[in-house]
Parts: sequence; structure tokens; C-alpha cells
Amino acid sequence: MVLRLPIAHFFEGVCFGLFLSMSIVTVQLGQCGNQIGFEVFDALFNDSHCPRGLCSKKENEAYQASCKERFFSEEENGVLLARAVLVDMEPKVINQTLSKAARSGRWKYGQHSCFCQKQGSGNNWAYGYSVHGPRHEESIMNLIRKEVEKCDSLSGFFIIMSMAGGTGSGLGAFVTQNLQDQYSSALKMNQIIWPYGTGEVIVQNYNSILTLSHLYRSSDALLVHENDAVHKICAKLMNIKQISFCDINQVLAHQLGSVFQPTYSGEGSFHYRRNPLGDLMENLVPHPEFKMLGVRNIPQMSENSLAYSTFTWAGLLKHLRQMLISNAKMEEGIDWQVRPPLSGLPPLGKMSVNREIHFNTSIANLVILRGKDAHSADVGAFKDPALYTSWLEPVHAFNVWKTQRAFRKYERSAALVSNSQSLVKPLDRIVGKAWNMFASRAYLHQYTKFGIEEEDFLDSFTLLEQVIASYCNL
Amino acid sequence: MLTRQRGSAVRRPSRYGNGEAQVHLRGLLTENLYLNLERSGATAATCGSGVTYGRPAPLESARWWARNTEAGAGSGAVDWPCRSMTQSVVVQVGQCGNQIGCCFWDLALREHAAVNKKGIYDEAISSFFRNVDTRVVGDGGSISKGKICSLKARAVLIDMEEGVVNEILQGPLRDVFDSKQLITDISGSGNNWAVGHKVFGSLYQEKILEKLRKSAEHCDCLQCFFIIHSMGGGTGSGLGTFLLKVLEDEFPEVYRFVTSIYPSGEDDVITSPYNSILAMKELNEHADCVLPIDNQSLFDIISKIDVMVNSGKLGAAIKPKSLVTSSTGVFKKRQEKPFDAMNNIVANLLLNLTSSARFEGSLNMDLNEISMNLVPFPQLHYLVSSLTPLYTLADVNIPPRRLDQMFSDAFSKDHQLIRADPRHSLYLACALMVRGNVQISDLRRNIERLKPSLQFVSWNQEGWKTSLCSVPPVGHSHSLLALANNTCVKPTFVELRERFIRLYKKKAHLHHYLQIEGMEESCFSEAVSSLSALIQEYNQLDATKSMPVEDLPRLNVAV
Repeated sequence: MVLRLPIAHFFEGVCFGLFLSMSIVTVQLGQCGNQIGFEVFDALFNDSHCPRGLCSKKENEAYQASCKERFFSEEENGVLLARAVLVDMEPKVINQTLSKAARSGRWKYGQHSCFCQKQGSGNNWAYGYSVHGPRHEESIMNLIRKEVEKCDSLSGFFIIMSMAGGTGSGLGAFVTQNLQDQYSSALKMNQIIWPYGTGEVIVQNYNSILTLSHLYRSSDALLVHENDAVHKICAKLMNIKQISFCDINQVLAHQLGSVFQPTYSGEGSFHYRRNPLGDLMENLVPHPEFKMLGVRNIPQMSENSLAYSTFTWAGLLKHLRQMLISNAKMEEGIDWQVRPPLSGLPPLGKMSVNREIHFNTSIANLVILRGKDAHSADVGAFKDPALYTSWLEPVHAFNVWKTQRAFRKYERSAALVSNSQSLVKPLDRIVGKAWNMFASRAYLHQYTKFGIEEEDFLDSFTLLEQVIASYCNL
Repeated sequence: MLTRQRGSAVRRPSRYGNGEAQVHLRGLLTENLYLNLERSGATAATCGSGVTYGRPAPLESARWWARNTEAGAGSGAVDWPCRSMTQSVVVQVGQCGNQIGCCFWDLALREHAAVNKKGIYDEAISSFFRNVDTRVVGDGGSISKGKICSLKARAVLIDMEEGVVNEILQGPLRDVFDSKQLITDISGSGNNWAVGHKVFGSLYQEKILEKLRKSAEHCDCLQCFFIIHSMGGGTGSGLGTFLLKVLEDEFPEVYRFVTSIYPSGEDDVITSPYNSILAMKELNEHADCVLPIDNQSLFDIISKIDVMVNSGKLGAAIKPKSLVTSSTGVFKKRQEKPFDAMNNIVANLLLNLTSSARFEGSLNMDLNEISMNLVPFPQLHYLVSSLTPLYTLADVNIPPRRLDQMFSDAFSKDHQLIRADPRHSLYLACALMVRGNVQISDLRRNIERLKPSLQFVSWNQEGWKTSLCSVPPVGHSHSLLALANNTCVKPTFVELRERFIRLYKKKAHLHHYLQIEGMEESCFSEAVSSLSALIQEYNQLDATKSMPVEDLPRLNVAV
């Protein structure tokens, strides 16, 4: 540490201007997207401005500058403006979000960065996609263009939406498609909120298959968070008795922050990565058939428990690896019996979704380490070829990003973004439920009313069955 | 002979001697004045009581707001970039519809007064009320922002006799309506659907259309018509369902939610089965959603509450003004009309149904989400509702056990607003609309707890729609409205058909209908076959109950 610091100073001093990060424009859609978007910006801001990042002042400043360039622009009075466009089809949530941001006093949304209407999409994907979408295309795309014009260089778009409702899912799919048409070279990553399995919107399975199949055509990667999993983290790890959506969204924002905050651009380098979205896609989406990503974090706990805990990189990474291969969403209740298949033995045959999945095969993994001595952490266990599909070498399938800067209140923390089989089961469940409902023809009249026909459903089913089969056959 | 009684059993004209009403009202106003004097400078928390609504003087509502809330502080409206949400218009038809409507407006004002302490005309209020400067001659200049001047209900009042509407116009709510919103006649529909539907329908079509258009012009995004009527009488049933067709033709994009009061078995309107069956056909064809309610269930709920309140154990612990049936805390019980309590339950149903669209919450539910989620097939749009809790105990700390009880009660048959047992029938879909201090984890916990005891149709095993509105009803810390699309409505329809057939076999009173122009026997046979088709759909669903839930073979893809 002591020896390293002067070098870091030197580099930052010389190259700071050249290594400015590229920017990401966030599009928040619907109630869920707007509520989460707020928490994400708040988490990013609070982390980059927390007084002790457990690193040098200079380094902290570089981290802050990089975060700012990615996610915020600056007003003349020094107040930061989120690089975001807020879209909803009813006014309540956007007004609430704007005022929450304004109340924080330290960052806010741009005065002309939101678009809303009076009447929501009524949980109807078809209404969001076929009515609201085309009707408001110009206004929404204009807002996005203005936000893009504020960026010195654009890395891409981060689109936050749920897939159960109507606005986030239907309009979200429409907007993503338009972004694909108009900014084909910019990357598009969609943050998707997967609904509770026990149901929060009755037509959620229809809306979900329509959303996923459309995004599969127009988005570069789908980053998925399941409400059930995040809810469990709140209950088990954060120890929250009465869990609110705010709690859930904060956990989610924490996970996203741990992925998107700056990291060094390479082994031994002390510059922050310029193009986080681009690097993320390059590492994690090697084939367009596989673009569903999940995030796992360790440690995650309430502030009270944190005060009594210490962590080593070896311990964290051991847990994180087992979370990956046993497909656990959190460190509690990991199945330690799951082992990678032994090389040399004949494979057990193709995985079937109906059979209990034991071992979670990956296509690609990215480990992000933040905090003290991150450079010394050994990630060798993630380079085991047995973890990956046979057609990719671990050297291509695995990456690690690091920074000495601690994330939020954790002295050491690790995030794992993976493209693996872990989402096959939830996807299969949603497709199965939607298929059962489709066979009874229930609710179809609500969709055909707005021009989404049975053919469209069948196309979506076909595409997603294909995705499921591909992931199963890894 | 046809009697001149109204549609539903508990609403008899005899209770509405005008003399009695006058005396009663005078008493009410005096009491209010007294209370207001006593409480000048009282805290805002009590503003739900002692309300006197607008008086002839202009800007009265503003004064009322200032007196009853913290409005004196005077703060400017925050100017958000996104203004205005949707509005709804209530169309109350017939005696029953107007009485319930009256309770609804009373409670709606109280609710907004309790939330909106500053007296600013905000988005939430605008969904049911216009803000009007009564000093402007003519139509009254609508004011879209700023202080509340005078609130006018977004309502159209229709009755083919004058009694109830006149009573409203002489009562405390008189300034919430103006004469341009009313349609009355003097002759009444004589408990004859055909008179209401065919005679008054064609006679008043233009006038009704004009009032509806006017009410729609005052909205900047009209989303929903709430029709309140009874099924058993002549005006509510006949003209009320005539109106549905008018609305469908004129405003095809606007939702039509119908609150229908069904006659109970001991109904004393002898022709109520005819009226109800004829009305059912119209509801089948022209409504987006129907909330069937029967008087007997309302009556049972009230009796249950009475027992609770009067039993020594609980009585003292119940928080004043928290009953689902009470309109205000200031009236002594003896002064309330017995059916006011029943009508207040229905009024509360409508308030809770719209709360998530009007107020903020962490999981909003707009009105257009109701039919999207709860109506899997266009015809099956009858939703069984239940409201819990019926009262709130006085202590503030709610142990989770009591919160969970609220969820359990919502599924028990004694909390349904129609005689039905959803637990032992088949769910097609279920919505839980929660208000107040309840979080998503409470909701999920209870869904997981209750799910095993409920049966859902095979293709909708997770048929839940949920919403969380942060504003609780006045006097409560939390509340739940459960809406179920459940085959348990079928017995009501079957019973109705049986009563119809008994009467129709004897051709009893038929000539009163057939003498009306446009009425033929085929109207009855078509109506009954429409109802039978509906019953048959529920039968078919019920038949799947015993079948095991199996996944269907999926699409095969070549890999």
C-alpha cells in the first residue's frame, strides 16, 4: 500500500483527463423502474461521496469523478443531475420520485427529464407496447436524445423496468426496440424485475413472456433480479422484520451499485475502466442466444451485524463460488454438497428442466472485488473449466474487476455477475404458466383488443422455448 | 297489483316522510354549528367529524377546509411537471342508487379532508370533485389549481321521482351538487323495469346524454363511470341499465363499473325477480365490471358489528369513528337511519376500490387494472367483494396476528358483501387492495398462508393482484378490500332464476310489462337464457374443481 500510493498519484495526475469514463443514460420506466432508479442513483451518489472509502483521498476523488461521469452531469451550482429519463404513464410515481430526489439535496433529476401521462397501461402489455409506445414515441425519444447529447461519450443505455406490469414491460419493450433502431452502436442493458412467483399481477406471465421475447431481439443483455430472491435477502440477511418495497429496492440498488461503480481497467492498472457497459457485455455475453445475467453479492448484512464481522477474501470467494455452482441467491442456506462434475468422467447427459438441477453450469462469469487488498485476492477457483460450458475456455469465460476503493460500508465485498443456467428454472416456470393460461384462452381478449394477436403469443413462446432449450443444453 | 314500493326491501318510502327528514336535518345542522363553535381552533386530527358542507355563500368549501384543517398555514401548490391524473364520474340511479351515492359523497369529502389538510385542490381530490368558483355566473368557472373554492361532485343524479333527490338537495350535501347534474321526474317507474328502461329510457335519453357529456367535458381524462343502482326496482334497474348502453355507445373507451344491489329472498317487491333478470342481461352485455351486493349480507354485517360494539368486552376498546358503517362520530346512534349504515358499507367499498388510484402508495393499482386482472373472459365480470376490518380497536399497536386476521376475515363468508362462500368455491382471480400501514412482506406472508386453503382454477394458480396504498381510510390504521372473481356468485344467480321461473310460470304481473311499448315475451326468454348461459359458464368452471392441476404439453423446439 505505502509503496503503491505515490505511483497511483503519479498516474492520476498525468492521465486523469484522458481516462474519463463513458456515460450511461438510464431510462426508468413504470412504477417499479422509477422507484428502483431513484434508489440506484441515491446508492451511487452516497457511495461515491461517502467520506471514507478506505483509500487515499486522491484515489477516492478519481473514483468519484469516474462515477460522476458515468451517471451524473453537473449543474452550474455544482448540484449533480442524474443522467436519467423518467417515463411513466401516470403521474403519481414520477412526482414522488422527483420530490424524493430533490429532498436529498445533493443530487436531483433534470427539470425536463420526465415524461408522464394521465392514464396508466393498466397492467396490459399490449396497451403499453401498441398504444402508449407509438403515441408517445417522439416525446420519449426526444427526451432520451437530449440526455444523450449531454454526454461527452456514450457507453450505452441502462433501462430499468419490471416485466409484470404494463408500462414498464410493454412500453419498456417498445422503447428498447427504438433505442436499438436509433442507437444501434450504443449498448442496451435492461434491468428486469422478475415478479413474485406467487403472483402480484394476474397477467404477469403473459406480460413477462411478451417482454422477454421482445427484449431478446432488441437488447444486448438482460440483467435479472427476482423479487422473491431479493425479498429473502431482506428477511434473512438484512434482518428486516416488516419488509417494504423501499427495502427491496435498496438491496437491489446496492447490488447494481456494486456492479456499476468504477473498477480498475486491468490487472496492475490504477485507472478506472472507461466503458463499463461495453466491457460487461464483452465479458459476459459471448453469444446472442445467451443474454440473461444474474448478480450475486457477498457480504450483505444489516449495519448492526456488520460491526461484529470480519471477512477475508478467501472466505468471501469460497462462499461466492459455492453460491454460483449450487445456484444460491444468497450466502445463507448454500448447499455445500454440490460439486462440479469431475473432468474425465462421461457427462451425465443434458440437463432437463424437470430434473432437479444440482450443478449450475456457467457460460461466463465476472467477479468484481472492492476493498482492502483486492489485488491480492485469489480468484483461481473460478477458473476451473468444469464450471463452464465446453465450448468456452475459462480464459474467455472468466474475468475479474478490482478496486481498492471499498464499496459503501463494507471493507471487502464481492459481486458476481454471471451468465449461467440459474435463470432457466424461473423462466421455464413463467413460460409454463403462461402456456397453461394461453391454452384456456383466458385474458386473450384484453390483448387482441390492442393488436397483440395469438400469433404474437406463439412467436414469444417459440423464442423462449428456444432460449430454455439452449441454456439446458450447455 | 303492483305496489309503489322501491326496489329493495330496506328502502321503503315510509321512512322518508319529508317532515321527518326536515326535522332531522335541522337537528343535524344545529349540532354541527354547536360543535364548530366549540371546536374553533381544534386540532386537525378531528376534522373528520362535525362537518358542515358548503352553504350558499361562495367559497364556502374553502372556509370549511380552513376551519377543519390546517389550511390557514397557507402554502402554495407545488408545481410538478406531471399534473393531473384521471377522473371518474358517479352516476347514481333510482332511490337506492341515490341514497348510496349520498353516503359516498359524504365519506369521500371526509376522506379527502382528512388527507388534504391544506385545503389545496390537488390531484387526488380532482378525481371525484371539480373545483368551482361559484361567483362566476353560468357554468361556474372550473379552477384547476390553488385553494379549494367550492367543490362539486362529478356526479349525475337520476331518479324518476323527486323524493330522495330533493332530500339530498335540502340536506348538508346540497352544495356539492347543482341542478344541472340532476334528472328527475315525478311519476316513478312503479317497480317496473320496462317503465324505467323503455319508457323513461327513450323519454330521457337526450337529457341523460347531455348531462353525461357535460360531466365528461369537465374531466380532462375521464377514465371510469361508476353506476350505482339496485336490481329489484324500476328506475335503478330499468333506467340504470338503459344508461349502460348509452355510455357504451357514447364513451366506448371509458370503463363502466356497476355497483348493483341485488334483492334478497324475502324481498317485498313482488316483481323484483323480473326486474333483476331483465337487468342482468344488460349487465352481462354492457358492463365492464359488476360488484354485486345484497341487502341481507349488509344487514348481517351490521348485526355482527352491533353485537361486537355492544358486548361489554370489546365495546370500550373500539376506536370511535372507525366502524365501516359509520358516517360521522357526532351523531348519536339513534339518529342514524338503519340503512345509512348499510349504505356506508357500499360507499366505503367504492372509496377503497378507488383509493389506490387516487392516493400514493408503494404499489399502485389504477382502475383500468381491475378489469385487466380480474376479468379473464368478457362475460365473467362479476366480482365478489369483502371489506375488513369492520372496525379498528382503539390501541395503536397492531400485533401481526391482528393484521393477519384482517386477511383471513376477507375470505370468510360473513365478510362478503353478497351471500357467498369463496373459500369453498373456485377462484378465477383475486385482488387484495391494502391501505395504510401494511408492507409488501405482510401481504406476501398472508398470500402464502391463505393460498393452501383456497382453490384456484387450473390455469390461474397464482391468480393474485396486489396493491398497497399508503393512505388508510379515516379512523383506521389499515384496511383491506378483497375482490374475487369466484364461482361463489353462482348461487345468487341460480336463486334469482328460480324466483323468476316461479313467477313467470304463473305469468304473474306479466301484463304490466307487456303493455309497455317495445316489451315482448321474448325479452323475458332472452333475458333468462342470457342468465342461464352465465350460470352454465360458472358450472363448467366448477366442474374443473375436482380435476388435478396438470401442466399441458409444451411447444417442442428443435435444438
